[in-house]
Amino acid sequence: MTLHTLGLPLIVLLPFIGATVVSLTTRRGKYTPVWISGGVALLALFLLTLLSPIPFSDESLIQSWYWIRSINLYFSFRIDGLSMLFGYIILGIGLLIVFYARYYLSPKDSISRFYIYLLMFMGSMLGIVFSENILLLTIFWELTSLSSFLLISFWQYKKAGREGAMMALVITGTGGLALFASMLILGFTVGSFELSVILESRDIILNSPLFIPMFLLFFIGVITKSAQFPFHFWLPHAMAAPTPVSAYLHSATMVKAGIFLLARFYPVYSGTDIWVFLISGAGLVTVLIGSFIAFFKQDLKGLMAYSTISHLGLITFLLGLSTPLATLAALFHVINHATFKAASFMIVGIIDHQTGTREISKLGGVLKFMPYTATLAMVAAASMAGIAPLNGFLSKEMFFERAIHDTASMIVPILATIAGIFSVAYSLRFIADVFFGKANQMPIAYPKEPYYLMKLPILLLILACIAIGLAPMTLISDILFKATQSTLFSPLPEVHIALWHGFNLPLLMSAVAVAMGIIVYLSKKSMISFYDKYLAQIDARDPYNWFIDTIFSGSNSLHRFLHSAGIYHSTYILLSFSILAGIAGFFYTDASLFGERKFLPVDTLSLMMTLSTLLSIGVVIYYHHKRFTALIIVGIAGLITSLIFIKFSAPDLALTQLSVEAVTVVLMLLALYYLPQFTPKESSKRKKTADLILSALAGIGVLVLTLVIFSTEYNTIADFFVTHAKTGGGGTNIVNVILVDFRGLDTLGEITVLGIAGLGIFAMLQGLRLYAPQKDADNLKYSNDAHPIIVKTLVSVFFPVMLMVSVYIFLRGHNLPGGGFIAGLIAAVALIVQYLASGIDFCSKRVGFNKDLLIAAGLTLATATGLGSLILGYPFLTSTFTHLHWPIVGEFEIASAMLFDLGVFLVVVGSTAMILVNLGNLSFNSHHNSSTKKEEK
Amino acid sequence: MEILVALIIASFTSGGVYLILKARTFPVALGMMLLSYAVNLFLFSMGRLQINRPAILKEGITDYSDPLPQALVLTAIVISFGMTAFLIVLSLRARYELGNDHVEGLEEDSQNKESAIEEKKNES
Repeated sequence: MTLHTLGLPLIVLLPFIGATVVSLTTRRGKYTPVWISGGVALLALFLLTLLSPIPFSDESLIQSWYWIRSINLYFSFRIDGLSMLFGYIILGIGLLIVFYARYYLSPKDSISRFYIYLLMFMGSMLGIVFSENILLLTIFWELTSLSSFLLISFWQYKKAGREGAMMALVITGTGGLALFASMLILGFTVGSFELSVILESRDIILNSPLFIPMFLLFFIGVITKSAQFPFHFWLPHAMAAPTPVSAYLHSATMVKAGIFLLARFYPVYSGTDIWVFLISGAGLVTVLIGSFIAFFKQDLKGLMAYSTISHLGLITFLLGLSTPLATLAALFHVINHATFKAASFMIVGIIDHQTGTREISKLGGVLKFMPYTATLAMVAAASMAGIAPLNGFLSKEMFFERAIHDTASMIVPILATIAGIFSVAYSLRFIADVFFGKANQMPIAYPKEPYYLMKLPILLLILACIAIGLAPMTLISDILFKATQSTLFSPLPEVHIALWHGFNLPLLMSAVAVAMGIIVYLSKKSMISFYDKYLAQIDARDPYNWFIDTIFSGSNSLHRFLHSAGIYHSTYILLSFSILAGIAGFFYTDASLFGERKFLPVDTLSLMMTLSTLLSIGVVIYYHHKRFTALIIVGIAGLITSLIFIKFSAPDLALTQLSVEAVTVVLMLLALYYLPQFTPKESSKRKKTADLILSALAGIGVLVLTLVIFSTEYNTIADFFVTHAKTGGGGTNIVNVILVDFRGLDTLGEITVLGIAGLGIFAMLQGLRLYAPQKDADNLKYSNDAHPIIVKTLVSVFFPVMLMVSVYIFLRGHNLPGGGFIAGLIAAVALIVQYLASGIDFCSKRVGFNKDLLIAAGLTLATATGLGSLILGYPFLTSTFTHLHWPIVGEFEIASAMLFDLGVFLVVVGSTAMILVNLGNLSFNSHHNSSTKKEEK
Repeated sequence: MEILVALIIASFTSGGVYLILKARTFPVALGMMLLSYAVNLFLFSMGRLQINRPAILKEGITDYSDPLPQALVLTAIVISFGMTAFLIVLSLRARYELGNDHVEGLEEDSQNKESAIEEKKNES
């Protein structure tokens, strides 16, 4: 059945598909996104319900596909009791939020953008809970951080939103990286990245030498996401988000991702000392701090945020205890908290919406304006405070009970009670200060009840609170017990959840909490002034801000050190490091540096050539101030390079180098015309010495490296090309066949780069006006006769010959040295010589083609040849060939690769001609300019 | 023979490195040219050195020089040309925009005035 093979990825991907659909239908009505999102959530819920019989019969289903085998990344999903529970929460609350946000968002907001982000978040969250592969899980984990960032900053024009989003991303993103590292260690320790294997490998993991770092990284990932002390501070700032986002991400789902992960890895890590100490410790501190600060918050959403932090701490604490019953209580509270806190947030959203403020000091007496909302709020707050007979009461009793039974110390139950006191106090404050008392200075003095559909999601959640509270065993126990079992990996002891357990210690603690909570509330005036005086300044953000500031100032000073000193220093540092890295490479192996390979015998001519090359490089270094001389010597170096190529059996390279050299030297001469003829001697002696040392080191390094290579034998894949050049590519010139056939895609890329370089140069030369000197470096006047008649005449004879050579070289390229690159360069040289000899006016009239069109035509031809093979059903750039018999010429081979080579030819001619002719054109312009006005400085 | 080629590659590298450390655009462009020769020769020497064995198929011959580095270097030569051309035109443009040919693109300062004076001396 397809459901059992595709169901899980479908559930996870549905929201992403929905997001795409929303983005494509933005113009189809303002509220279409709402319908699409709601439909997606409903459909996913339906699919989940169809799959639910599997976890209910104590089985887990895994659906898996290969994704990237080499890194063990599988596209694999699982469903068991735990993921089913979270799946229902994510989709259920999600559906209500989709509905609520429809009425919450103002028509001015971008509705579709909001729903796209929301669906992306929903999908990522589902991905976390249904992932089987832990790398996949990490990817979805990061996606929740990203979509949360987008949602918090939904109102981009608000500074608080941007800063809150940034902070949330920094904290949860750092945690995500830590988690990723932990997952990698875990996966390599176990030897598999699949949860089903990992969860069975507790012994391997606990005995691993890397257990402590692995667990600590995991811990950081969890507590950053679930806003546990000391990383809790990002959550209140994330409240700058639209309230539906706060209700969904920052109370019901995303902050529970950390909790989910604790439950998921419970079979592996739980019960170890470090787990109990760190997790329950962090949880307990967070419960206390959260509930305490919540009481003093003036902003309703701030109050709710700290309340959320405190409840998350409660769940974390229970999971840290590592007993089956505590785990049951934790998961139970996950459900309960999702119901009453999502409802509370939505109520705060309504209050904000209808009265125009969230400040407790400005609110008051709202009961008489909005009686229905007030009633819903009172039930939600009672559940939050843990008042019977609501669901919050049940899980709080369980929390107290576990605090007594599962900890050794007396102090823990006392601290738990204190947390209880404050949660009663802040819930009371939420109700009493907002709905009762005198109407203060609300921006909207006579608020009205909102549209009734906006209250519908809240009503549903409140009904759930009451129903779960009254009949926990009938309503919730099935799914809860299954979830707990699949968390524990073992059967659950007999449990009965009920409102009434007789008079016992937890009940007494609850009673104390309520009584003391009321007292705390009544003494709020003195409490708040005390808080404002002594405690309000303590800000958990300080370490964060210090950290961020340090990073910024640190990277600024690093930047100043490395960069601001100038390009020279950057280059120097870069080169030094590459030399160091090169030296370091020699230390990696114990094998002797040089191999046994025999060298060729030295002949006198080569020795002389080498000595003169070394000498001329010395001359360049010494005389580089004289730019013209230096250029000529560098040109000679290029010629020597081509001699080396011809000597060592690379005729194609020699031809290419030779023609490139000609073009380059002409180009450099043209450029030098506009530049100072001498480089000023401005380097200090010290700088010169430093430069010389560095370049000598670079030279020595390269010398050693080259000799190492020359002296060692090597394996080559050349045999493949030698064997197949004729049979597969239809040519005997293997180099050319590689270029146009075997590695045709590389060549296509390279001619593209060349074309872009040509166009870039063309663009840079636009509007360029440079002063053209009238005299050369030796103070001799340039000749007025730009185009001497002898040269002109000779060139007009040679031009067609050169072109013919070019065609000849092109045609024979497949079998003998030559080909598109070389022929293109030769044709370009011919053109340039013609331009030099006869001037631009003369040539433009006669060779009036567009060089940019030539480049485009060449690229198109080369690509089209490749695509042609695609159309015929072969891979891109497959070539074919056949032999023709022509009269006179004889046997003649025609290959599709030749068309490709023609493309190469055209691009090379086009680019080269474009570069040089435009540069020459500059001279043409400036000659005219310099005669009319002496410009430039 | 290999030692000679290695010496040539090394000398090109040294000269190239020395020149790209200069403060003016033209020597830097020359340095890049030298460096690209060095790099191309270095890549070429990956196929080791062989005399009189061009990679062109002939009846009865089985031993050829390695064609693969040659094919790679051939395109590298053309690309180096593109790069050199881009660099030198960039330096022309920089001189036009900034009024000097300093690699840092400095505005008028004492150093620059010196060079301007020198330039004038040369031209007059």
